[in-house]
Amino acid sequence: MAEATPPAASRPRPLSPHLQIYRWQWTMALSIAHRATGVFLAAGSLYLVIWLAAIAGGPDSFAVMSHFNGSIVGRLLLLGWTFSLFYHLCNGIRHLAWDAGWGFELKTGHITAVLVIVASVVLTALTWVGAYLMRH
Amino acid sequence: MADLRSPLSRVRGLGSAKEGTHHWWAQRLTALALVPLVIWFVVSVVSLSTADYVVVRAWVGSPISMVLLVLTIGLTFHHGQLGLQVVIEDYIHSEWQKLTLLILVKGVALLLAVVGIVAIARIAFGG
Repeated sequence: MAEATPPAASRPRPLSPHLQIYRWQWTMALSIAHRATGVFLAAGSLYLVIWLAAIAGGPDSFAVMSHFNGSIVGRLLLLGWTFSLFYHLCNGIRHLAWDAGWGFELKTGHITAVLVIVASVVLTALTWVGAYLMRH
Repeated sequence: MADLRSPLSRVRGLGSAKEGTHHWWAQRLTALALVPLVIWFVVSVVSLSTADYVVVRAWVGSPISMVLLVLTIGLTFHHGQLGLQVVIEDYIHSEWQKLTLLILVKGVALLLAVVGIVAIARIAFGG
């Protein structure tokens, strides 16, 4: 090769259309929510470690932790983590099905999207109803 | 003197992420393992929601929950680190910021996993 090819950075590369080109649709929202819940759950795993450390620390630190869990902020966080966990779990199973080559058809994709939303809401509700029933 | 190596020879062995499918596969396997673990964890925590300190401590320290909790912690932080890595690689474009964050996330994930497992061990063995 006689002439040197220009470095890759100076050559205009073909770009695929980005997000703003597409009409907003459910499947996109679900995909982004999968990532968002994943990041939020990473913070939740930090909370899980704090909880375990509080138990290891003794009755006093456990009492502080339980008190915070019962507060408005604590309950909102736990509710958010419950929903995120079930959403990420259900949509994660949807992803695993895709990895196995199943469910790529447009219609199936929409049905499983609705199923994931319904399932994560129902499972979150069941968990919290269960937790409140334990109190009575 | 021009480089005598062919373009193919230069890129051979350098996949896009320089590691082939290992990341993808590890993310899927940890996800699969976390499915039953997470369901078990949520059911357990719901059943413990009114329990006092002694009951919760006894639950964490019991052999079955201890084993499953250690697995849950280890796999959660591994899976979380793999996921956060992709998010960082997608959104952070400055090379040194990306590298710093990637190392930081790996280190923090490892640290938190060890803290969690040591806490479980202290509860189980009464340290």
